Amino acid sequence: MSATAETKDRVAELAGAYKHGWSTDIESVFAPKGLNEDIVRYISEKQNEPEWLLEWRLKAFAMWQKLEEPDWAMLNYPPIDYQDIYYYAAPKTKEGPNSLDEVDPELLRTYEKLGIPIAEQAVLAGVKGAPKVAVDAVFDSVSVATTYREELKRVGVVFMSISEAVHEHPELVKKYLGTVVPQRDNYFATLNCAVFSDGTFVYIPKGVRCPMELSTYFRINAENTGQFERTLIIADEGSYVSYLEGCTAPMRDENQLHAAVVELIALDDAEIKYSTVQNWYPGDKDGKGGIYNFVTKRGLCRGRNSKISWTQVETGSAITWKYPSCILEGDGSVGEFYSVAVTNNRQQADTGTKMIHIGKNTRSKIISKGISAGHSSNTYRGLVRVLGGADDVRNFTQCDSLLLGDTCAAHTVPYIEVRNPTAQIEHEATTSKISDDQMFYCMARGLDPEEAVAIVVNGYAKEVLRELPMEFAVEAQALLGISLEGSVG
Amino acid sequence: MTQMLDIKNLHVAIEDGTILKGLDLKIKPGEVHAIMGPNGSGKSTLAATLAGNPAYEVTKGKVTYLGEDLLALEPHERAAKGVFLGFQYPVEIPGVSNLNFLRTTLNAQRRLRGEEPLDGATFMKLAREKAEKLGVSMDMMKRSVNVGFSGGEKKRNEMVQMAVIDPKLAILDETDSGLDIDALKVVSDGINALRGADRAILLITHYQRLLDYVKPDHVHVLDDGRITRSGGPELARELEEKGYQAVA
Ligand SMILES: Nc1ncnc2c1ncn2[C@@H]1O[C@H](COP(=O)(O)OP(=O)(O)O)[C@@H](O)[C@H]1O
Ligand SMILES: [Mg+2]
Repeated sequence: MSATAETKDRVAELAGAYKHGWSTDIESVFAPKGLNEDIVRYISEKQNEPEWLLEWRLKAFAMWQKLEEPDWAMLNYPPIDYQDIYYYAAPKTKEGPNSLDEVDPELLRTYEKLGIPIAEQAVLAGVKGAPKVAVDAVFDSVSVATTYREELKRVGVVFMSISEAVHEHPELVKKYLGTVVPQRDNYFATLNCAVFSDGTFVYIPKGVRCPMELSTYFRINAENTGQFERTLIIADEGSYVSYLEGCTAPMRDENQLHAAVVELIALDDAEIKYSTVQNWYPGDKDGKGGIYNFVTKRGLCRGRNSKISWTQVETGSAITWKYPSCILEGDGSVGEFYSVAVTNNRQQADTGTKMIHIGKNTRSKIISKGISAGHSSNTYRGLVRVLGGADDVRNFTQCDSLLLGDTCAAHTVPYIEVRNPTAQIEHEATTSKISDDQMFYCMARGLDPEEAVAIVVNGYAKEVLRELPMEFAVEAQALLGISLEGSVG
Repeated sequence: MTQMLDIKNLHVAIEDGTILKGLDLKIKPGEVHAIMGPNGSGKSTLAATLAGNPAYEVTKGKVTYLGEDLLALEPHERAAKGVFLGFQYPVEIPGVSNLNFLRTTLNAQRRLRGEEPLDGATFMKLAREKAEKLGVSMDMMKRSVNVGFSGGEKKRNEMVQMAVIDPKLAILDETDSGLDIDALKVVSDGINALRGADRAILLITHYQRLLDYVKPDHVHVLDDGRITRSGGPELARELEEKGYQAVA
């Protein structure tokens, strides 16, 4: 019996005790709680992965067992029991609601405010029997998704799940996987390497300007990959792509720990624009529940004059630990980071970026807008590093914090390491509050207190919001207002 | 005829003490009233109180607006019911364009009144027309609300907002100060355009100057938190000649 077959049997035995039994239907298949080598083998086996990838996972798993969970971030959370987590197709701990009537009215109100149609609300809320291909429904799924795929195919863009790509484009996956975020990078990334379930793979061929924004909306099977997602995007020479991750609607999700890895690679003259709206469940007002989001996102500007731009709007999760970064290796390459991070109630965010300047004439720009309300804590942590050989580097950093009320906290932790005297580094930081005068002015013109906060906050975040693709920006604006509800007295 | 605004024995306090000490004022639809008074007499306090600024506490008295207890309403509800305050010191809102601000606030008011929101094209047409009349360029309408505007530009901007919102009761707090003579004419035209049988205007001013262009029906002198004299337009001229001290 081969090693994997043996593992499969063993796992099956263990899992036999579970209610939904053992079935070949992907939907109800799951491995038992906890993590060991067998589970890693099982995950690989389920995806029918080649031997090299299994070896790669096992190597990561061995490393992970020797690593310690980091504790340097300004975050406070009870210890995570990694043996108490499902690593493959976790079953729902609760049965989904039978109809929208059983869904938390708060959640529905939010959907409504975001203008999400009823059919889609059901999908997002996890109502039983709601269609699978979630968000596609809005866009008249099948037809749009198909046209979309065909158009991409015509220009040679590869856009598929990473598990498909392993089979269809093994040479590309093998060549680039783990090259930007090495397996040993950090505790959460290493864990992801061992157990990642699925994610997105994108390849833009030489000289191609991707004819549309790539969105996970359109990727079949986009749901249920959330927990240990793996994304790999490669922009070949002279190509351009804009990629949208996430959804402005709050996702119902029973998995508390999320540890994704995103790797971007830009070759000569290529540009990648990566936009995220993260709105996972933040927990209730007292800080119960909520997602722990420990994600590693990194872009490598490998080619000359390449560019990688991260834009993120972070409003969800109980804990956010996230530093989308750029390694500026190619001469003349450009890294950008635009971020709005909102924390309310008991949420905690420790987020920022790293800009590593290796090539000559490389430039980076960091615009971070933190917004804290309630009893939350919001930390910007950033590193700008200029290596000795990197002549004529320029960096501009602007870090603003906006406080709503006086029970929240904002911190700014900038690290600057410069080993080349020609570098020009600029850093600006401000902390402000919404003034009573602004509130009254807005209200005297007809806005209720929440609308008043929303418009002032949107103005404050504008430099970041305008970097988002148009439609996303409109939704993100609404989302900022909603996330801050209840933050004014 | 019923009153549009009826203020009875109004007392208003801030943290440091009482500012308005028994103010009475009645305004009928169609009328223009001017309140004049020395610096610190409580003119802006009256304006802010009528608009609902929570920093000002009403300790005594009553204000009835169109038959309703005005003081029971939140500022945004007052706005939706037609009360407009032209600020003496308009507030800056960085990152929010004038057009966006105006459209958002206008539609918020309409929603509170149970009306449909104005669509983008209709709104733009309206905003363009009103801005043009007040000599405000569309470039300026795209800039952040009051950010980097001169004193005069801010006041004109208030008037654009007023013209678009089209209120029933406009309370204009020193809208004339900081304006040169040409701007004063333009702004006065804007105020006069609002005059109508079912509207009223309360002009708060320091100078007679504005009243040459916007003819008031009644003029009141505010001194130490109370209206000490009322009269017709001639009272304004008298004030200008003799000074507040002698008249009040
Ligand atoms: N928000 C405030 N905080 C402290 N003092 C105030 C405030 N508003 C008004 N005052 C004081 O109340 C008095 C009346 O002010 P105000 O109503 O602004 O007068 P006017 O507009 O007639 O010049 C002044 O002494 C002023 O200093
Ligand atoms: Mg004043």
